[in-house]
Amino acid sequence: MNGLANASSLFFLSAGLSLIFGVSRVVNMAHGSLYMLGAYIAYTCASKLGGMLGFWGGLVATAAALALVGTLIEVLLLRRIYHVAELFQLLATFALVLLLSDVVAALWGVEDLLGPRAPGLRGSVEILGHNYPQYDLFLLFLGPVVLAGLHILLSRTRWGTLVRAATQDRDMVAALGVDQAKLFTAVFALGSALAGLGGALETPRQPANLGMDLSALGDAFVVVVVGGMGSIPGAYVAALLIAEIKAICIGLGTQHIAGVAFNFSKLTLVAEFIVMAIVLIARPYGLLGRAQGMPRHAAAMEDPLKPAGQALRLLALAVLVGLLAVPLLAEASPYTVVLATDVLIAVLFAASLHFIAGPGGMHSFGHAAYFGLGCYGAGLLLKLAGLPMAAAIAGAPLVAALAAALFGWFAVRLSGVYLAMLTLAFAQIVWAVVFQWETLTGGSNGVLGIWPPAPFNRAGIYYLLVLGLTVLGVLLMRRILFAPFGYAMRAGRDSPLRAEATGIAVLKVHWLAFIIAGSVCGLAGALFAFAKGGISPETIHVSRSIDGLVMVLLGGIHELAGPLVGAPVFTLLQDSVMRQTPYWRGVLGVVILVLVLVFPLGIAGTIAAWARRFAR
Amino acid sequence: MLEAQKLCAWYGAAQILFDVSLTVCEGEVVALMGRNGSGKTTTMKAIMGLVGRRAGSVRFDGHDLMALKTFQIARLGIGWVPEERRIFTELTLAENLEVGRRAANGRAPWTPERLFQLFPNLAEMRERPGGRMSGGEQQMLTVARTLMGNPRLVLLDEPSEGVAPLVVERMADTIAELKKEGLSVLLSEQNLPFAGAVSDRVYILEKGHIAWSGGMAELEASEELQRQYLGV
Repeated sequence: MNGLANASSLFFLSAGLSLIFGVSRVVNMAHGSLYMLGAYIAYTCASKLGGMLGFWGGLVATAAALALVGTLIEVLLLRRIYHVAELFQLLATFALVLLLSDVVAALWGVEDLLGPRAPGLRGSVEILGHNYPQYDLFLLFLGPVVLAGLHILLSRTRWGTLVRAATQDRDMVAALGVDQAKLFTAVFALGSALAGLGGALETPRQPANLGMDLSALGDAFVVVVVGGMGSIPGAYVAALLIAEIKAICIGLGTQHIAGVAFNFSKLTLVAEFIVMAIVLIARPYGLLGRAQGMPRHAAAMEDPLKPAGQALRLLALAVLVGLLAVPLLAEASPYTVVLATDVLIAVLFAASLHFIAGPGGMHSFGHAAYFGLGCYGAGLLLKLAGLPMAAAIAGAPLVAALAAALFGWFAVRLSGVYLAMLTLAFAQIVWAVVFQWETLTGGSNGVLGIWPPAPFNRAGIYYLLVLGLTVLGVLLMRRILFAPFGYAMRAGRDSPLRAEATGIAVLKVHWLAFIIAGSVCGLAGALFAFAKGGISPETIHVSRSIDGLVMVLLGGIHELAGPLVGAPVFTLLQDSVMRQTPYWRGVLGVVILVLVLVFPLGIAGTIAAWARRFAR
Repeated sequence: MLEAQKLCAWYGAAQILFDVSLTVCEGEVVALMGRNGSGKTTTMKAIMGLVGRRAGSVRFDGHDLMALKTFQIARLGIGWVPEERRIFTELTLAENLEVGRRAANGRAPWTPERLFQLFPNLAEMRERPGGRMSGGEQQMLTVARTLMGNPRLVLLDEPSEGVAPLVVERMADTIAELKKEGLSVLLSEQNLPFAGAVSDRVYILEKGHIAWSGGMAELEASEELQRQYLGV
């Protein structure tokens, strides 16, 4: 019963996401943020105005406010990015997540806020010997009512017919004289209003808090993937399924099975994952989804990668010599060496992400999972298994590779936004498992005291180790890209069908690439653990995955040198500018928006474009 | 009513059309002929504003189409029937027509009932999803859907391609009927007997250039011209 009530709010959230995706083919990463915004606005209405008007009127006001916010977002941002590659759309909407998160923090503060209970529905009803809050029953019925309303709107009205037609073929709809821009704005406003309503309805049941944007986004992704992208009834069925499974897990509590205690209430995320995995294996497009025709304007083809010229090789050599000299500064400025170590680890992390995202075409939004697993792998091998540092650093990539093999097996079967959502969901699950498995991982505190033994306990020496391994890792991936395997990878990215027809096992090649990237990333994680002397769940957090993508984009996703330029610039920028303001997330959001809208080629890409023009 | 001058169009870096100039007058059926890949479809897409980059000028009743968006061009009264038909497969036949519906200016508007007189076999499948119709039925639906917008000029892209001979015949009758109603048609075709039966004038495209233009009778009479521009 509790699950059924939860399902309604989850349904509103997911239906909005699904509706927006169905028409615009943009996965709105900021959807969870709109949900959060809805919760905060409703809280303010209910607690400041009070009474019937404050609560019920607040719900209406919230929906209206979110529709307005949605309209603004669509007109100001999305309109400019419908024609760019999916990765940029995902990042641009993620920039909104960062911005809205800081806006909410600035307006409402960081405290959790629990709204008053719904006036008129404060009591409870006895059903089969249990007491159920009236409000839960109200939610339970509201879900199907809204589902029916949406169904009538989409299937019985001219507007709905146009929306469904635009979902399939926007250019044809425009050629028939329909102003699709207005249609898109209206759909985005409706989807945003639904998300806001979902958030608003939850305020009497659980407090509004700053973490709800990403947790709601993760939930919505799972529901939409399980139900089928673009399918509203699918979203309802999946919301019911997921909410029920969660409720049952929590209801079971701790059970003893064959003498072992299982705490089911901590397994909710794992259960979600298993449901999603089963659905994706059996029905790759979700329970009620269909294979989605991709929009007709595909992104422009990429130029083939070119091996570095003489000048670039010399430059790389000069940079390497410069980097070798950094430990000489250890006496004068110890912090420089520490920062340089961070930069190198970021380079290795970003390069491994670029390996699959650029030449592989797999835009992973959960690359931090392998970084974190490398971190935890190394830390736990050292602490619990008592292995020496060398073995821990060697073992960490294996741990990450195992996870990459498991997650990658699913991920390579999907493409585009599905892949992005799935990788993000996997990373969220890894994060949740690490966070909740306190006995092994130390929960939110992590594990401390992971320091390298002599002679690596001196920052300069450890730096040289990191430098050596980073250069090795980057050169290895470069070598792979220019080997036949690398050609097969790019062929599979550019045209899976034709690649298959020439005898390339695309799935296998991409799966292997995913594992390679995962293990290199795990190495970066292991180096990070020893550099910081400890590990924490923060290493797996979704913000690190996004940082990685920003590094790759900042440098230039189409350039091999992209991550090598982007990671240092990003790390130094984060270190100097963003630490000076409490709203650094907002600043990062603005940086991402500027990148996507103004410099989609990134630094290395822009320089390369200039060089080409100059050469002509 | 339609006048294109020095129209150029590109797909990515590749230029497809080079200085294409053509006119279609009120009530005229004009054929656009040429081999596969000569630029017939691209010409139509360029008129509708559906190619990424274009240059030159296209005017329709004095309006500059280069400055307008696709939906605005359609609202001026130009209907486009794409070669691949692009039926909304998940919508029913009736819903497909509804998407095309626009108010008519002055003349008697097309209604589903009037269109079912023109295409009698569509009348029995109003609730059928577009995806479950045969190629010929889809072709008729595409034309009907465009007519629902009450256009004054129809860009008809290879309606005879991939449909049964009976349907081609039906299509020729339809074009003749539309001409009687006063509609103008720009018809892209490779099938000379079909185009010859319905068109007044003809432009021949070759590699994105207008290679020849003249009266349809002249082309039909000259085996030399046919061999040079249309022969395979």
